[in-house]
Amino acid sequence: MSSQSNKFSRRDFLKTTVSGTAVSVAAGGFFITGAARAQPQATLNMLAWYGHAEPDIVAEFEARNNCKIKPKYYTGGDNMLALIAQSPIGTYDLILSDAEYVPQLQKAGYIEKLNPKDYPFDDFFPEFQKFPGHWQGGELYSLITRFGFLGVSYNTEAVSEKKARSYKVFWDPAYKGKVGHFDWYLPNMGQISLLNGSRAPFDLSGNEFAKLKSVLTSLRPQAAGFFDYGGTFSGLKSGQLQLVGGIGDWITGVLKKSGAKVDSVVPDEGGLQWTESFCIGKNSRNQELSKKFLQYISSPKGQSKSARMVAYPAMVPNKKGWELLNREDPAEAKRQGMVLSGKSCIDDIRSGKIRFRELPRRQNIEDWNDFWSDYKNA
Amino acid sequence: MSAPVKQRRWPLIVPPLLWQLVFFVLPLLFLVVISFWSIQNFKLEPDFTLKNWSTMLSRTTFWSAYAYTWKLAFVAAFGCSLLAFPAAYSITYHLSESMRRIAVLLLIIPFFTSYLVRVYSWQVFLSDNGIINSALSLLGLDRIPMLNTAGGTLIGFLTLCLPLVVLIQVMGMSQIDRSLIEAARNLRAGPWRTVYEVIMPAMKASLVVAWLFAFILCFGDFVSPVYLGGGASPTLSTLITDTTKSGQQWPRAAVVAIMMIVTLMATSLVAVRYAYRGGRK
Repeated sequence: MSSQSNKFSRRDFLKTTVSGTAVSVAAGGFFITGAARAQPQATLNMLAWYGHAEPDIVAEFEARNNCKIKPKYYTGGDNMLALIAQSPIGTYDLILSDAEYVPQLQKAGYIEKLNPKDYPFDDFFPEFQKFPGHWQGGELYSLITRFGFLGVSYNTEAVSEKKARSYKVFWDPAYKGKVGHFDWYLPNMGQISLLNGSRAPFDLSGNEFAKLKSVLTSLRPQAAGFFDYGGTFSGLKSGQLQLVGGIGDWITGVLKKSGAKVDSVVPDEGGLQWTESFCIGKNSRNQELSKKFLQYISSPKGQSKSARMVAYPAMVPNKKGWELLNREDPAEAKRQGMVLSGKSCIDDIRSGKIRFRELPRRQNIEDWNDFWSDYKNA
Repeated sequence: MSAPVKQRRWPLIVPPLLWQLVFFVLPLLFLVVISFWSIQNFKLEPDFTLKNWSTMLSRTTFWSAYAYTWKLAFVAAFGCSLLAFPAAYSITYHLSESMRRIAVLLLIIPFFTSYLVRVYSWQVFLSDNGIINSALSLLGLDRIPMLNTAGGTLIGFLTLCLPLVVLIQVMGMSQIDRSLIEAARNLRAGPWRTVYEVIMPAMKASLVVAWLFAFILCFGDFVSPVYLGGGASPTLSTLITDTTKSGQQWPRAAVVAIMMIVTLMATSLVAVRYAYRGGRK
């Protein structure tokens, strides 16, 4: 190539610059217009446990309604209440709550009343149509969307299922220093209450509460420690923990999928049920869209997705959700006991083996939690 | 000092004063105020009650956690200072100028990664089936429980503080007049005696400040006691989270926090006083 051809004149420069700029402006304009077109029209602020606003759950809803769900994740009901209390009313459009906290939300005026006719209660199992605490004075305040059982979670290579079918396994000398607690007083103390034979594990007389404290204290030498979600997860995965109280399939289900040798069972003394429900935040500016989300998540499609949530799986209360799940992922439906024929997880509830997790009825929350701190320190 | 000079100093003095006022004094005052408030229906209500103070200060759990936290932080700070000293000595006196710069850079690098991530990665080494215990097994030795113990917590504290303590000690040692060390050697003082009677007294303030930094960081740390100590014996920081879980008892958590601040202030005053005692001539 000649040197002449390599010369880049001022005219060439201007030509290139101008045409380049024109193309850029045109392209930019196109993208800007496209972006404006794709801009979500509304944002729903959701307060929830981790996972509920991830793409596996909400992407379809967002696309269908041209909106964006912006999550604020919490860990535990008290954390949730603190976040709501610290924010101006109307900050959150959607609030996912553990069922036992719904009455507190309602009492504090943090949530809107719901119209039962908007939701598919007829498709729900009867046990979930009038869920305790969700209705106040005949009015609905929260919509149950998923639940799970808490029992004994164990390393399948170190503990047999037969042994794990009793809370007494926690005291087995073979597992000294290998028993972990999920660091929350409510499920742990509720389980010991079940072991003590209390049919209503959170409605204890003074004597029953004293017995609960003494039995739990006797477990302290066995305990490896007290762990949050991450600690429990890694402890079970590494084999550092061989038994964990206060949790269930919502943790071991995720670990099993990644190949860990862990499982959860509901012991013969009974298990507890955790329950999650959606509420619409007081003075939400997106009430109609929030209602649509509740309809979506309680629909068969939403329920099937929710049952298989990547963050943590759960059972769902909608019968039609079960039917869809059995068509879409029969193995997962079977694993979680949401089968259409034969013994299902609902039978455990009906047999009375499962009790709802609740806040203490006859003692203050502080009495239970203070004892939990004392137990940790024992 | 003339009035114009004083006036010229104000722009330098006011911003830090404002900063302290807005981000330290006011929040601290608010913390003190809410320690007298009460909780009704999970909500903070303005009040003036001594119940939070009497409840927390009469609990055995509080005082056990207090003693445990103090002991752990003291041992960790002391251990850190001991381990850091030879490293600081080598960096200051045995490395060339360029190598010293590289060593200092290497000490800063750990701060580029999240402390939480570093603590989590320790679990891979310390767990019963982890790298250290697997190596011990291969050598035919018994496994040692390390994770979910006080020892695990201390390792986490060292991870947090050791680089910082080495850096402060290096800075302190670098300020020592080398002719003092040469004079000690000329007077036939051995290496240990030189360290004990010349270097350590000359850098007393740096040693104490480094110890104090380590103590403060360990005293308030939440991550290591939970993720390496297994939360098995609560420290004051874990007690704060436990208390807030107890029906939103922020006022009681404020009592614990104030006690922590008072303890750290008292410890700092004593340490700084000791550091500079007899040092000003």
